[in-house]
Amino acid sequence: MHSEALSGGFADPPIQSAQAFRKVMEAMARPGTIHEISGAEPPVPLSQAAGSVLLTLCDGDTPIHLAGGHDTEAIRDWLAFHTGAPLAAASECMFALGRWEALKPLSAYPLGTPEYPDRSATLIVECDELAAEGVELSGPGIEARAALSLPEVAAFRANNALFPLGLDFIFTCGSRLAALPRTTRIHAPEAC
Amino acid sequence: MNDYNFAYLDEQTKRMIRRAILKGLAIPGYQVPFASREMPMPYGWGTGGVQVSAAILTPGDTFKVIDQGADDTTNAVSIRKFFERTAGVATTEHTGEATVIQTRHRIPETPLTEDQILVFQVPIPEPLRFLEPRESETRKMHSLEEYGLMHVKLYEDISRHGHIATSYAYPVRVEGRYVMDPSPIPKFDNPKLDRSPAIQLFGAGREQRIYAIPPYTRVVSLDFEDHPFEASKADHPCDLCGAEDSYLDEVIIDDAGNRMFVCSDSDYCASRQAQGHRGRLSPEVA
Repeated sequence: MHSEALSGGFADPPIQSAQAFRKVMEAMARPGTIHEISGAEPPVPLSQAAGSVLLTLCDGDTPIHLAGGHDTEAIRDWLAFHTGAPLAAASECMFALGRWEALKPLSAYPLGTPEYPDRSATLIVECDELAAEGVELSGPGIEARAALSLPEVAAFRANNALFPLGLDFIFTCGSRLAALPRTTRIHAPEAC
Repeated sequence: MNDYNFAYLDEQTKRMIRRAILKGLAIPGYQVPFASREMPMPYGWGTGGVQVSAAILTPGDTFKVIDQGADDTTNAVSIRKFFERTAGVATTEHTGEATVIQTRHRIPETPLTEDQILVFQVPIPEPLRFLEPRESETRKMHSLEEYGLMHVKLYEDISRHGHIATSYAYPVRVEGRYVMDPSPIPKFDNPKLDRSPAIQLFGAGREQRIYAIPPYTRVVSLDFEDHPFEASKADHPCDLCGAEDSYLDEVIIDDAGNRMFVCSDSDYCASRQAQGHRGRLSPEVA
């Protein structure tokens, strides 16, 4: 284990995770809104926002799937030291972390069961940009319309159609995050 | 020196509750199981609401607790003191100043805003429980959207009383999918659940369930075309502040059976009186 795995956690976990969780909750309750979240200094390529989300929500009870370029020794060590979360295959994870291309296909993740739709994975998607523009959104948490720069349209539309089953998404970029629960309807321009 | 972890609960418990809240928000009206903890108060005193509040409070919050609308009852005062002591948060009795409001069986009269979170204490989260005691069956009924039994129950009300007699814990349908128990709020409060700008979280400690309604979510009270839902209240103005639009408590005031009606929302009533509104039994101004 490298010594940098030992640093970069929350300095004051009870307070910082409470503040970070409120941002995550606001994001999940109001799809399309973008929130600043900080506290974690994780190893690259893990963003501050994704690191803070993982510190806030993950522990020994939450298997994590690391996809593609995020499956590095530095990130594995950092997660092991700070969260103790076990690593798992996509089909058995509660949280998955990676870039959009690496996380696909979405059919690999648990969608929940009809009796327990909450037993589905939450995907933390690292993005190069995150803006409240692009694809139009509506649904619970949105007064009229919201917009978010989603990496694609078809996959999220298919996920919404599975409701009440389905995956939930947290998009992270630097120190900012937004979220997309399974309830959000996607209104794409005709071109997509 | 504070000898408790921030907001009393340990971090692992808070993470577990926080994950349940997120899934609850993603599946509006669905009851997410969670591992409810022993709290330093008995079940039935709001342990579900307290655990949800503990998981969402931050040091910058201003916290309000109401019990049947009142800020000054034993339950409300002890929960407020509990979080003053363990989380060091500011507390208030004014709805407008609060960022997190924990409530037992009422929604404040003052409309909530986007910057507020309402936490409900829930005794029996399963709306179908009194119709079907088996959890395995009610879970199946929810998964199949099999809610006919609930309509039969409301119909039996009509055939027996001539109208839907259910007056509190009146079942609602959330976003056209899950039938949900709004906790024992009077049905007068049901319309306030619909498209509320605030996040609404529900915690049932003994029954170990958390559920949620995100902002601006459609919440429809169940009814029939020929017996539409009606948000009823006592047909009186408040005897202290004269409000015609607030939910009232009936209070017996002497041995002769005389009664008075007062706002159940103590903050709403007090602020109206402070603004000079008077009711039938208001003391004379000195």
